[in-house]
Amino acid sequence: MAEVQLETGIDREIDRSNMQVSDEIAIQITRMNKWFGQFHVLRDIDMTVHNGERIVVCGPSGSGKSTLIRCINRLEEHQSGQIIVDGTELTSDLKNIDRVRSEVGMVFQHFNLFPHLTILENCTLAPIWVRKVPRREAEETAMHFLEKVKIPEQANKYPGQLSGGQQQRVAIARSLCMRPRIMLFDEPTSALDPEMIKEVLDTMIQLAEEGMTMLCVTHEMGFAQAVANRVIFMDQGQIVEQNEPREFFNNPQSDRTKLFLSQILGH
Amino acid sequence: MSDTHAQTVAFVRDTMLPEREPPILERGAVKWMRENLFNGIISTALTVLSVLVVAWGVAEIGPWLMRSIWDAESLSGCRQILDGASGACWAVIKDRWHQLMFGFYPPDLYWRPVLTLILLFVALGPILFPWVPRGMIRFSAIYPFLGYFLLWGGSVWFPVSVALGFVAGYAALVAFRSLGTLVSTIAAIIAPILWWLIAAGTLTAVLDSIVPLGLERVDSDEFGGFLISLVIGFTGIGLSLPMGILLALGRQSNMILIKSVCVTFIEFIRGVPLITLLFTAQLLLGYFLPPGTSFDLILRVVIMVTFFAAAYIAEVVRGGLAALPRGQYEAADALGLDYWRAQRLIIMPQALKISIPGIVNTFIGLFKDTTLVVFIGLLDPVGLSNAIRASSDWQGIYWELFIFIGAVFFIFCFGMSRYSMYLERRLQTDHR
Repeated sequence: MAEVQLETGIDREIDRSNMQVSDEIAIQITRMNKWFGQFHVLRDIDMTVHNGERIVVCGPSGSGKSTLIRCINRLEEHQSGQIIVDGTELTSDLKNIDRVRSEVGMVFQHFNLFPHLTILENCTLAPIWVRKVPRREAEETAMHFLEKVKIPEQANKYPGQLSGGQQQRVAIARSLCMRPRIMLFDEPTSALDPEMIKEVLDTMIQLAEEGMTMLCVTHEMGFAQAVANRVIFMDQGQIVEQNEPREFFNNPQSDRTKLFLSQILGH
Repeated sequence: MSDTHAQTVAFVRDTMLPEREPPILERGAVKWMRENLFNGIISTALTVLSVLVVAWGVAEIGPWLMRSIWDAESLSGCRQILDGASGACWAVIKDRWHQLMFGFYPPDLYWRPVLTLILLFVALGPILFPWVPRGMIRFSAIYPFLGYFLLWGGSVWFPVSVALGFVAGYAALVAFRSLGTLVSTIAAIIAPILWWLIAAGTLTAVLDSIVPLGLERVDSDEFGGFLISLVIGFTGIGLSLPMGILLALGRQSNMILIKSVCVTFIEFIRGVPLITLLFTAQLLLGYFLPPGTSFDLILRVVIMVTFFAAAYIAEVVRGGLAALPRGQYEAADALGLDYWRAQRLIIMPQALKISIPGIVNTFIGLFKDTTLVVFIGLLDPVGLSNAIRASSDWQGIYWELFIFIGAVFFIFCFGMSRYSMYLERRLQTDHR
């Protein structure tokens, strides 16, 4: 069988020198279950994420992949099992939740920028109010990250004046301004036009090259192959299969995974 | 061939023709009238009809206004001057304007309400307009106490010790912060209440005996006219907005007790006519309060009007909150903002912006509803117009008084309406 080659849309060599996975555990999930009413969304999830890992979570819609990563910063509450993020267990204790949230950045499908604030204010708000960084310093940090996502010139505009791709890059910069140790991406490119997907993926790859711990729910299999060190396939609330990308795409084990891959890769 | 075409080679024009004016029917006033006034048979008929109605109105009211009388001692004086013709007798306003403005407030102390009104605009500046220096907000914070002192007079230490209650609340909030939001919030509510019940009265008495400073006392029953409307209206507006916001948040709360208290309050207040609440304020509160407490009638009315408007504002703000996408809450949460910061920095600025028309609508309604206090014996402008008519000089005068009262109310309400439109334009950031 010929090796699957996926289109990444990335036309440069990826610098892997900083992409090292350490032994330290960033996220530890054990026997975690979640229900929406009667519906069992997540079943006995066990998962360990080490610092520096780049994980892509994929699966059909309704498989619970978004819910899984939303549990990690407790946008969704789990009902049994344990989630430990960066040494803090997620319980109903609000202090722990706020501590975890300030360490974990999140990028949403629909950007969720604050439309009443300028781009710069979007980026400085949380550092100023949560981290208590002085305004001047927060603005410098914000400009640094806006330059990184290549839109410093938009700093004084409002989100409504930017294109979708630009808004998503601002959303990434906004998360980075909190200097998170872990980044969660919830289908970051699903709401974008094809030509804008590339600019967002570019930013994400850049982030991976810097050694950020990332969990991405995405259907961009090219991205998965290029930067992920592990791909997790979910179906009906369970982790069906996980493997390093090369093995995952070329040698899927379960029938469900094979079916999914054949549909999504469009062969 | 004209000069313009002198150098033009056949079929290839390289000089432009000069612009010509559009035909007479397609420009200027003629075009505008054709499009807006005489655009078809129905349009033309309606235009003619409207012109006739306006002309008839002017013909009826015009002469009456043209024959305005400003100098007369009484209505019969006016009639004498008019000599049988119909004309407006504005002399009543000139004769009684001080009453319409201040009620029975002592005339030598008129400077106090006037100063209060002027300072009101100073205090509103930093709240309403971004170009006013931010430091002025401190003045806005002390204005309610200053305003009370100026209007009612009495010992200067009374408003000071009431104000200290808020300081006590803030101190409690800071002191108990380490014990969590809930504990510190409860402490911040209990501390000022304890202060007002126990310490404030004593402190006032003690300070007053050491340094007796103060203004001549004016009692509430001497208040009247637009003074009463403005005091009740502006206090009600100032208090009902924060209370309405808290009620709206309480109604969305996950805490069942807070939620049910807020829902009950809102539904009860909205389900009862304002006039009933005012009668309650006048009659029933007296029975519920401990004997011997004299609870100022204006204060009672202010409380009821505030409750009434707050219930409506709570529902308006709830509409604004419901219009916000869930993603805004999630983004605020994901950045680690706690509940109150998320509300203050992310949710409320957007929800209130959406709610501006509804909130201002409620404010305007509240301000006009202050005229209802006439039914519980307070002499607001409408009440005073009855009092003025009761005098033998002005018996039988209606139109002039009501037109004047209506005009003053209109100025304030129209001002609020224009301000809300300005605010909406200024906060327009979504560029849709």
